[in-house]
Amino acid sequence: MKPRFLRFWMAQVALLPAWLIVIFAYIGTIIWTIQISFTSSKVFPVSNYVGFSQYTRLFGSERWIISVQNLAIFGLIFIVGCLILGFLLAVFLDQRIRAESVFRTIFLYPYALSFIVTGLVWQWTLNPTLGVQQTVRNWGWESFTFDWLSRGDRAIYVIALAGMWQASGLVMAILLAGLRGVDGELWKAAKVDGIPTWRVYVHIVIPILTPMFVTATVLLATAVVKVYDLVVALTNGGPGISTEVPAKFVIEYLFQRQNLGLATAASTVMMITVLCVLAPWLYVQYFRKPRSAH
Amino acid sequence: MKHFTKALLGAAAIVALMAGPSVAAEKAEVIHWWTSGGESAAVKVFADQFNAAGGEWVDAAIASGEAARAAGINRIVGGNPPTAMQFNTGKQFEDLVAQGLLNNLDDVAKADGWDKFLSPVLVKAVTRDGHYFAVPVNIHSNNWLWYNTALLEANKIEPPKTWDELFAAMDKLKAAGVIPMAQSGDAWTQVLLFNDVLLGVGGRDLYMKVYGDNNAEAVKSPEFAKVVETFGKLREYGDAGQQGRQWNQATGLVVTGKAGFNFMGDWAKGEVIAAGLTPGKEIGCVPGIGNQVYWVGGDVFVFPKTDNADALKAQALLAHTMLTPETQVAFNAKKGSVPVRGDVDTSKLDACAQAGLKLLGTENGSVPGFDFLQTPDSIGSIQDIIGQFWTTPSQAPADLQAKFADIIASE
Repeated sequence: MKPRFLRFWMAQVALLPAWLIVIFAYIGTIIWTIQISFTSSKVFPVSNYVGFSQYTRLFGSERWIISVQNLAIFGLIFIVGCLILGFLLAVFLDQRIRAESVFRTIFLYPYALSFIVTGLVWQWTLNPTLGVQQTVRNWGWESFTFDWLSRGDRAIYVIALAGMWQASGLVMAILLAGLRGVDGELWKAAKVDGIPTWRVYVHIVIPILTPMFVTATVLLATAVVKVYDLVVALTNGGPGISTEVPAKFVIEYLFQRQNLGLATAASTVMMITVLCVLAPWLYVQYFRKPRSAH
Repeated sequence: MKHFTKALLGAAAIVALMAGPSVAAEKAEVIHWWTSGGESAAVKVFADQFNAAGGEWVDAAIASGEAARAAGINRIVGGNPPTAMQFNTGKQFEDLVAQGLLNNLDDVAKADGWDKFLSPVLVKAVTRDGHYFAVPVNIHSNNWLWYNTALLEANKIEPPKTWDELFAAMDKLKAAGVIPMAQSGDAWTQVLLFNDVLLGVGGRDLYMKVYGDNNAEAVKSPEFAKVVETFGKLREYGDAGQQGRQWNQATGLVVTGKAGFNFMGDWAKGEVIAAGLTPGKEIGCVPGIGNQVYWVGGDVFVFPKTDNADALKAQALLAHTMLTPETQVAFNAKKGSVPVRGDVDTSKLDACAQAGLKLLGTENGSVPGFDFLQTPDSIGSIQDIIGQFWTTPSQAPADLQAKFADIIASE
């Protein structure tokens, strides 16, 4: 046995690269970003401090407000939609159907595609002069209209729909694994008591699946915050600025529009928002556990 | 601690390697974004001429202007600059000049007499405080109207000369069941259309007051209101498939006879030529409809600061080569643009380019492009409100006018 202090120091040395990465690459750059957001930096970071004026401009910008609203609409529809659809698919597959693995693969397949591909496919499918609308019209239904992609007030729902199409399969896979873990005895007992199947699902199975739902929600929520590629490929923020999202705002002001100050202000706001959302979860996860373990 | 020192040493070694001489004798690494068929044929002219003059051209083409500019700026800031890099003529490289990261080209300019053959608009665009910081290589113009000659003849329409004639022609096309105006869904093409209307309906003075002087009062004027109204009226002549359509697909609709008109810069000629047609014949062109004013835009090359004597020599040679009369004529014929030198033989350029040159030669016949006058930041903001207005048919012109005035006033 090596002396205790040696073991401690060896561990610290082994961890040193990780510590350096955390301190410089994560915390350091976060602090730097926040610092730049208080300057008037354009292409280059400069240290001409201007107080909160970048934040004032940010919240006065219609595009930023629309981006934030879109993120809320997209996030809500996407997460709730994926959970419901994924759960229904999982229940459907859990009925001991034939060729289950074929269906499982089909439903999970979209998740193997990149968001760029998903976006492009849906863009072509929903383009009024190329896709669904034109096809139905060619069949003879001349007045058929489905032009949500080119309508500013509807396009964000199309993006949520495309996202759901992609991610529902993942939720299905997670919940299916959970369903398979439900004790068969429970089902037998429910049958003996004559409880209808849907009530078993709602009152017994769903509570058992809670950890799976939490996992799926966390995965989906991270996808919501960083949504960028789907929007770029599907609408590129259009029509107009009706489908802009915060991540796209940051990237565009960083590079094309050469305004580091405003871009870093926007990313700081994004980070604070995420922290606010995560705080209750972190609290439950790390601070309350020790007590409940006693 | 020992590990830390080692790591530091290692990092220093890597930095030293990266910052080492990247340029050998007369070798010039050039970052540009000319990757389409016509564009790469044009840039090959530069490469060939430079190689013939004793240099060695190292091509660093990066698709899309934003990516190329971001890569180039990152390398300059990181201390490993390319020998030369491309920008659009305008304010894009202004910060680099302000930070002292670009080489001053006064020696070459003096030796070659740039003052004598560059138009004042261009000289103003590439100099800062009287010093040259960029080489202009071409003049592109944004305000062209393209039309399908056969389609117009079939519908008994004369090529329009005024906005009223254009609207009458588009009404006829609409009645005939073809798309009157092909428009792309990209925001920059919507801004291009708006600026064409601003120049064509509002005229040169209004354009300069708004973009040159940042005069918010001019934006609130009735003349500007008329511009916005005309632009709003154009919304009725596009089709439903704009979202997701690229500029070349929009031009393609005119080339294939599916649409009558298209507002696009002179680079649209590349699409026309690629389809085996002649600009000015099967596909007609009208420069600056309404008020005959030529919008001057284009590309420049800048030369990042370096202490390396060989790199400096390569930079001087490249700057000289790009502006020789032979290079200018050959390059611009391929690129679809107009030479920056007023003293070269332009008889080989196509009919549309000739029409543009004529305008360029007249007094007050040209204006500096949008990018010359406005920062990328304000261009972005203007792009947002115009895209929003264009795609929201219910939005009132007065609303756009008010938002526009706010942006101009904040500059």
